[in-house]
Amino acid sequence: MHISIKEYQFLFEELVKRDFKKKYKRTILGMLWSILSPLMILVILTLIFSNFFSHNTEHYIIYLFTGQIIFNYYVESTMEGMNALSSNAHIFSKINIPKYLFLLSKNISSFINFILILIIYFLFVFIDGISFTWIFILLFYPIICLILMNIGIGLILSALFIFFKDIEYLYRLFTQIVMYGSAIFYNIDFLPSNIQYFFLLNPIYVCIKYIRTIIIQNTIPDIMIHLLLLLYSVILLILGIFIYKKYNYKFIYYI
Amino acid sequence: MEILNVENISIKYITGDLKSIGLKEYVLRKIKGNYIENEFYANKNITFSLNQGDMLGIIGTNGAGKSTLLKAISGIMLPCTGKIIRRGKIAAFLELASGFDGDLTVRENTYLRGALLGYTRFFMDQMYSNIISFSELEAFEDRPFKHLSSGMKSRLAFSIASMIQPDILILDEVLSVGDGAFRIKSEAKMKEIINSGTTTIFVSHSLQQIRTLCNKILWLDKGKQITFGSNVKEICDNYQQFLIKKK
Repeated sequence: MHISIKEYQFLFEELVKRDFKKKYKRTILGMLWSILSPLMILVILTLIFSNFFSHNTEHYIIYLFTGQIIFNYYVESTMEGMNALSSNAHIFSKINIPKYLFLLSKNISSFINFILILIIYFLFVFIDGISFTWIFILLFYPIICLILMNIGIGLILSALFIFFKDIEYLYRLFTQIVMYGSAIFYNIDFLPSNIQYFFLLNPIYVCIKYIRTIIIQNTIPDIMIHLLLLLYSVILLILGIFIYKKYNYKFIYYI
Repeated sequence: MEILNVENISIKYITGDLKSIGLKEYVLRKIKGNYIENEFYANKNITFSLNQGDMLGIIGTNGAGKSTLLKAISGIMLPCTGKIIRRGKIAAFLELASGFDGDLTVRENTYLRGALLGYTRFFMDQMYSNIISFSELEAFEDRPFKHLSSGMKSRLAFSIASMIQPDILILDEVLSVGDGAFRIKSEAKMKEIINSGTTTIFVSHSLQQIRTLCNKILWLDKGKQITFGSNVKEICDNYQQFLIKKK
């Protein structure tokens, strides 16, 4: 993966354009829908859960929204990443190009989507009366870590998906577990502390926790959280690159 | 000057239960011990080299390993032993019409294909109108690709791929595409590229074409190299004898 970016820049741009156009089918509504659907889920979740949880969680809507957008971005990015190689198999079995470009291009289009939702998120933050401070700059850190994790997971899944098509269902199940383990709509502060530590095993939860600490508590998360995020993203990325490197010339036998 | 050197390469293919059985089935079969995976050599110990301007014809019956060899030369597959040294840019015409995207327009597909073939944006901007006029698709530029007929698709594919002057040109049964008039035009274009000093590798079942075009010949059978040489006429005659005997 060290080949000069410049050489493939044109190809990469064209792939991103293609994925983006296909995703939104060139319609304004297509784009709007990808923003509307998480918002609608947010409304529903707020209606259902605010009665149960809002009394012990300040800025509950933002608390919920943070978890929701991060989890959504993770799921969308990795689910689409899983398909990235096999849906382009007809191309890379005929033309010799680095296959990881297909995955990165899918990642870019889900990232653009995430950015759009993030803008709305900050609008909500503003409306909810949270003032923006300089420590918001630190939000780049968990987001960059999340991008790296998504690329790593995408590399692992897209390779696995070429070999085993039922990975899709197993992974869907797995994301459900991640969802319930990410404390998206509930607060884990009242759980015993040893169980709270258990949540730190979930990279998505750590990422959500980081962002909530910044936005809602307006404090810098402690160094442990920083290191955990770094550790998770490096491990996932290295594992992904390793699997890709090991198997990328074997894909052709399986398609 | 030596442009391509293929040194004692072997390429393995894997077949068997592996295709889309799923993880659950895979684990089950592994436990029961009836997971079957076969390896066979699509190419074994192939050795040849080409100089600038050579035109190599590859002959052999179905399953001889011709396409696999082309995939290895173009870098899509890796040989398990041996090595391939290429000097210069490779253009491979392998199943041209595949790999387009039906939802994108003709213009978008043209740029995408150009990018896939390793062209630069600058080059595409310059060549775009040439490509469209050569493929005679002026009226379809902004139409979705899926609205084109299959003849139009292969015309476009051919036009994009033939815009460059590669150092090594790989042709898998493609010399010309399309209907009457376009067939003549595309064949002339292809001959122009070939005659300009490009090293060409040409797979064909037409011995007639091989005899007239090629100066070197490689005969494969069931993955093995029967012979390689520049005595095209003699090898073609032997091959014809072999085909008759087989029947």
